[in-house]
Amino acid sequence: MLRRLLTLLAVALLGLAVAQSQIEIFSWWAGDEGPALEALITQYEADHPGVEVVNATVTGGSGVNARAVLKTRMLGGDPPDSFQVHAGQELIGTWVVADRMEDLTFLYEEMGWFDAYPQGLIDAMSTDEGIWSVPVNIHRSNVMWFVPAKLEEWGITAPASWSEFLTVCPAIQANGVTPLALGENWTQVHLWESVALGVLGAEDYDKLWTTELAFTDPKALEVWDVFGQVLDCTNDDAAGLSWQQATDMVVGGTAAFNIMGDWAAGYMSTTLGLEPGVGYGWAASPGTNGVFMWLSDAFGLPMGINNREGTLDWLRLVGSAKGQDIFNPLKGSIAPHFESDLSLYNAYLKSAAADWQSNEVVGSLAHGAVAKEAFMSDFATVMEIYLATGSAEGAANAAQAIAGQVGLGQ
Amino acid sequence: MIAWRRHRWAIYLLLGLASAVFLLPVYLVVVTSLKSPAAINLANTWSLPEAWHWQSFSDAWTVFAPKLANSFTLTVAATIASALMGSMNGYVLSKWRFPGANVVFPLMLFGMFIPYQAILIPLFDFLRSIGLYGGLTGLIMAHVVYGLPITTLIFRNYYAEIPDEMLEAGKIDGAGFFGLYGRIVFPLSLPGFVVVIIWQFTQIWNEFLFAVTLTSQENQPITVALAQLAGGEAVRWNLPMAGAILAALPTLLVYVLLGRYFVKGLLAGSVKG
Amino acid sequence: MKLTRDRWMAVLMLLPSVVLIGVFVYGFIGQTAWTSFSDWGRVSSQALAVDPEIELVGWANYRDLFTGFIDVRFRQDLVNTFFFTIFFLAGCLGLGLGLAFLLDQDVKGEGFFRTLFLFPMSLSFVVTGTVWRWMLQPRGGVNVLPTTVGLPAWEFRWLTDRTQIWRFDWNALPSMTGLLVAVVLAGVALSSWRDGRRRRAGVALASAALLGGWALTLGRDVALLPYPELHGFNVAFVGIILAAVWQMSGYTMALYLAGLRGIPGELREAARVDGANEVQLYRHVVLPLLQPITLSAMIILGHISLKIFDLIFAMAGADNATTDVPALLMYLTAFRANQFSKGAAIAMVLLVMVAAVIVPYLWTSLRGETRR
Repeated sequence: MLRRLLTLLAVALLGLAVAQSQIEIFSWWAGDEGPALEALITQYEADHPGVEVVNATVTGGSGVNARAVLKTRMLGGDPPDSFQVHAGQELIGTWVVADRMEDLTFLYEEMGWFDAYPQGLIDAMSTDEGIWSVPVNIHRSNVMWFVPAKLEEWGITAPASWSEFLTVCPAIQANGVTPLALGENWTQVHLWESVALGVLGAEDYDKLWTTELAFTDPKALEVWDVFGQVLDCTNDDAAGLSWQQATDMVVGGTAAFNIMGDWAAGYMSTTLGLEPGVGYGWAASPGTNGVFMWLSDAFGLPMGINNREGTLDWLRLVGSAKGQDIFNPLKGSIAPHFESDLSLYNAYLKSAAADWQSNEVVGSLAHGAVAKEAFMSDFATVMEIYLATGSAEGAANAAQAIAGQVGLGQ
Repeated sequence: MIAWRRHRWAIYLLLGLASAVFLLPVYLVVVTSLKSPAAINLANTWSLPEAWHWQSFSDAWTVFAPKLANSFTLTVAATIASALMGSMNGYVLSKWRFPGANVVFPLMLFGMFIPYQAILIPLFDFLRSIGLYGGLTGLIMAHVVYGLPITTLIFRNYYAEIPDEMLEAGKIDGAGFFGLYGRIVFPLSLPGFVVVIIWQFTQIWNEFLFAVTLTSQENQPITVALAQLAGGEAVRWNLPMAGAILAALPTLLVYVLLGRYFVKGLLAGSVKG
Repeated sequence: MKLTRDRWMAVLMLLPSVVLIGVFVYGFIGQTAWTSFSDWGRVSSQALAVDPEIELVGWANYRDLFTGFIDVRFRQDLVNTFFFTIFFLAGCLGLGLGLAFLLDQDVKGEGFFRTLFLFPMSLSFVVTGTVWRWMLQPRGGVNVLPTTVGLPAWEFRWLTDRTQIWRFDWNALPSMTGLLVAVVLAGVALSSWRDGRRRRAGVALASAALLGGWALTLGRDVALLPYPELHGFNVAFVGIILAAVWQMSGYTMALYLAGLRGIPGELREAARVDGANEVQLYRHVVLPLLQPITLSAMIILGHISLKIFDLIFAMAGADNATTDVPALLMYLTAFRANQFSKGAAIAMVLLVMVAAVIVPYLWTSLRGETRR
């Protein structure tokens, strides 16, 4: 009798312990990007029966709403077990410096990840005191999109440098076509970073973010001059278009080129049903051939969470080649892991993965890799100043002032 | 109105034009919400939908149903609490003299006008420190406190109309503070409560700033959910439009059915009713 | 005895609300003020830390806002609010008065029209903003409306318009305001002279001359910033003004209608007997009587427009710099860029602006009441 009771109790407690186990994954992957995360969650739940994954998403492009919600939760003492964040300064400059994240060096050693990712990526995710996140995907920022058939029709080829672009620009405009399609707000910063990389080159571009190169340096000033000239070759109504609408312009033939991250490939392949290489083509944005400007979604380990073991299991899955190969073909990005199985990816992604393994890598500004949140937020003001005054010096001075005020590079 | 009688058609014309302008957004919202996402095209914005896509509403309902529940809980609780407290306050301030009464009332009233940004950060800190951050309880508390000035104002102005002789008579009969309230003032309060409840219901249901700053995802009221839906990247406009209709329906119904009291509440807000 | 005990009950029953307001309004305002004088958020390691070390830094945040190089956005926001308030008030008062006037003419279906014009007020600003955002899409919505009658589409950019008109230099503000006040004083002098109050007219005229003289000479040299900085009216606001007027003009209409109805019929009859025609009747009898309503409405609408946040958040999004206003900037600064002390400073500036409008109004209206 007693033994039966005790067994019952033990089973009940076990069941309770197992059933109560859950992890909460916080992200902004809603809508089109949802299926990739869900596939990963399904795999996790299969590997770890008894742990329930709570999929907490906050809609809103590029995570602006999600970040605000995350902030209030963290400040409110209720951190999610893990949250999606752009790998790099967006995490470091906000949460790592505030001592709210756990060092993941032990996990990297356990899983052998020091040999699985490019050094540039690992460096960007680390500080002197450790490594702070596990990347799940890699997107490329400096890609130029076009429709090969249209380029043939107009008799032009993808320009290899910004000066070459500016030369063909009038010819394209003569055809009644916008040379470069542009969208609202953040897409302009996105364009700016491609121009910056093209004008400065990888080494000087990196120096901007360690403040070795001042924004007011003549080399950096030249970036704004070129940017201004490039803007003259874009569409007037940029401010009212989403990035998808700008891509639509290229596909529809009203624009020749569009500089956008490679989620545009996902949009064109999946939503518009075009075939990579046939319906749309790509090249590195002018002047950046051989350099891969990356941005990465990653997960970290906040302090003070409920289920540390369950979350560590999540991170193990997320950082492994197997997990990444489940997630990325659906997301339209590539796996950071060198042992990714490329046969699962489409034509564009294969070419991107090849570049990832061979090119020099630099981090994206517009997507939180190289500069902290405060800088990003104020950079919008710098862009405003430039758009309003057209003055390279004004923009450069503003950027320099902001860098100083927010402590860029520290 | 001699001159106008000859030109009455002009009056009706102008009114008709104004009505058209006021109804334009309504037409657009209804029409857009009934189109399927594929049929929404910037070029045919104004045409009627070819097929009535009622699914927008069921889709919007799936997303919004929990948020609507949040909004209802929030609004009903906060309205009732602030109305009851406002009634008591109005009673005290209109019928009882004590030193400092003339200072307390304007000080309370000022709270109605402040920009909530001026108290947002401390409020957020406070709710966090007592562990109420993120939940509906904290939001309800905030709305009750910040609703006190307007409910007090409306009730005070309303009770001021009750002749003092009535209370004098009550006092002679032996009623004290609570007796006067229970036997004389409260039974007469119905119109006041109606005005206050309608006003508070509308204000709290429609509020956004507190809602977006103080709640977590699952406790969001409907205004925040709508803003997030419409502010996304590739917006399929039939959904936000259907959502807007769902979000607006309760207050709209209250307004259409009880509009007279709504206007009274409005006019009370200008202090000099 | 009983009266005193009852009075104590009264005080006791009022006390909870007084305490709550004291803490949640005045206490919190004090705390925001304190935060605005601190450095919370200036260093990222301290901004979101579990136990941030915060120090007082005095007026640094305010100095930055008004003279800092990168805070040009804040100053433009102030200009934006100024223009928005003026047009919003003009629109609501004008449209409200017009509609009230029309409805006062004994029209059939007045109840229907009144309900129609008032219904936007029952909506949330978020709903209005969402709807109007869709309406003012540059490639659709209102721009496409003419095509329904065969005319070519409009090409207004609405909320995405980047043009700025009526530009002026921030450093010219002191002399411009000085000149404006001088003109107003001159007007006061003129009306006082006409009323026969010589001394008052003389004082007003002298002040006007002094201020005007200063504005045109020394005032020009007052430099608020060490370099010229252009500001102006962002045309993108036109869309927001339209949406706001659509929502709130029912309020002024209700006020004016009540006011018009409150004018005793005998007054109008008397004026007509004196030989006034309709236009004169309205100009000299009706409109002056509506003045207190206009003032009331201006105060209420003015304070709403100073605080406006929801509408712009829903219509233009938080990231659209051309339609930024201080209330929105405060939210972005504190909750996105983690600069809490600067956000608090913006909030305090906002509070002072609103108080400048509300406190005199409360003072005069309540003083009038207690005198009764």
